[in-house]
Amino acid sequence: MSWGVDGVSVVFGGVAALSEVSLDLHPGRIAIVVGGDGAGKTTLCRTIVGLEQAVSGEVSRPLRTGFQPETSGVWGDLTVLENLDFVARGYGLDPAHSTPRIEELIEATELVEARDRLGRQLSGGMRQKLGVAMAVLSEPELLVLDEPTTGLDPVSRLELWSFIHLSAREGRALLVSTTYVDEASRGDSVLALDEGRVLATGTVADAIAAMPGKIYASERHMGQYSWHRGANWRVWSPDGTPVSGTHEIAPDLADVVTVAALAREQP
Amino acid sequence: MSVVEARHLTRNFADVVAVDDLSFVVSAGEVVGLLGANGAGKTTTMRILLGLLPPTGGEVLIGGDPVHRVDRRTIGYVPQGLGLYRDLTVAENLAFAAAAFGVPVPSLDDAGLDEVADRRVGDISLGLRRRAAFAVARCHEPSVLVLDEPTSGVGPLGRTRLWETIHETAESGAAVLVSTHYMEEAEECDRVVLMAGGREVASGSVSDVIGTATSIALTGEVSSEAMETMTRAGGTVLSAGNGWRVVGLGLDEVRPIAGSAAEAREVPASFEEAFVALSR
Repeated sequence: MSWGVDGVSVVFGGVAALSEVSLDLHPGRIAIVVGGDGAGKTTLCRTIVGLEQAVSGEVSRPLRTGFQPETSGVWGDLTVLENLDFVARGYGLDPAHSTPRIEELIEATELVEARDRLGRQLSGGMRQKLGVAMAVLSEPELLVLDEPTTGLDPVSRLELWSFIHLSAREGRALLVSTTYVDEASRGDSVLALDEGRVLATGTVADAIAAMPGKIYASERHMGQYSWHRGANWRVWSPDGTPVSGTHEIAPDLADVVTVAALAREQP
Repeated sequence: MSVVEARHLTRNFADVVAVDDLSFVVSAGEVVGLLGANGAGKTTTMRILLGLLPPTGGEVLIGGDPVHRVDRRTIGYVPQGLGLYRDLTVAENLAFAAAAFGVPVPSLDDAGLDEVADRRVGDISLGLRRRAAFAVARCHEPSVLVLDEPTSGVGPLGRTRLWETIHETAESGAAVLVSTHYMEEAEECDRVVLMAGGREVASGSVSDVIGTATSIALTGEVSSEAMETMTRAGGTVLSAGNGWRVVGLGLDEVRPIAGSAAEAREVPASFEEAFVALSR
């Protein structure tokens, strides 16, 4: 059993927000969508859950799909408990089943002491964890989380990822979007988007292996395929020819997506 | 030469000590990262540095003078919200900033903004908005540049181009202080200062600060009792991929608790895990 999108394109006002994007989602697996502002992450999430229409391609999702929008979806004027209770009622869940489930989620997200606090009084990390708990309450087979870690500090981020992994362990398929390339390693597969197009896809190792050419490290800027990274410069050699005065390095995913974006910008 | 010098900075809010005896320097040409979880004291430190908030104790010197005596033109600042007027065009924003600082309007061409000069800031991409905010912060050629998560949310090329601008600014002699809690930004800094509870808990290159930290990876059968025991012993147990990660405890401590059905290995900590371990 798998879900996802196959060759999907989405157009807004004549502008392509997604161009022929494919992604497989499997139970118990986490797929990460990574990209910057305007990459198409939110459009992809919304298309998969059925909030946007594709002009072409196939979309498949299970009957029960949970979605956390970028804004977290938490109601500021309801308490933690009320937020969860409201979602349970919205889905018409049997209280005999949902009440213990809510308690379990409050515990798993470490919101026990904050259970009576209003949504707007929660820290960013608490609010995002509550948002994920609300999205997972109806026990969806597929859970789609749009930028759950944006703006969170490293400690909150780690707690949230732990909860996301727990959720996948229950056998759920997950799609998580992020603007940070280093978060891709937290999933089983990655899809890197830029301006609605696929820059890299597969497991992180696949995406790295699929990169054409080689990457060299240099002390200085060297031509159009060169960019600053950490303490020095990276140089991409499209056909792998060694670049004098540099040494070859093993690329990581951040290099791969930069190369793909460079190759597209300067054909 | 140190351009920014924070000496024994302390700031209290009622009974809360937000910054506690913090000292650091940022030299000309240097990019220093200020790292810390929410509540670590980063924002308070930056506000003191910008002269927006007086410290309870200690002082900040900019070029040897106390910050409240320094010409505002010495400092350039890009806040997280960017501080641009969304209803003005890019050119109008720059013209306004230049007029406020009493300096000539900078070239939009040099800033890579000529194509969007006449577009409203609210209508352009985040990468270009950040570029415009940089141009505004640099228009008066400040010797100190303070940046709050400067490349957050920008795509791969936009991010590398913004960092190139930041490094160029440093190379031209400015002292650059970057506040962040992302690895991708921290690794661009020459040096980082990690804060927790208002204090400096580590400083050095990112690899010095983060690279030495380790976590324990657990696979196989781990009982919930074992996890509770590890938590009580001061560890943080996290779900990860096909197993668990334990932060804050050594291999010798984890092995007897986890039992023989689990396999425990020491592995390099992720950026976030190192953060948790160092911030305790």
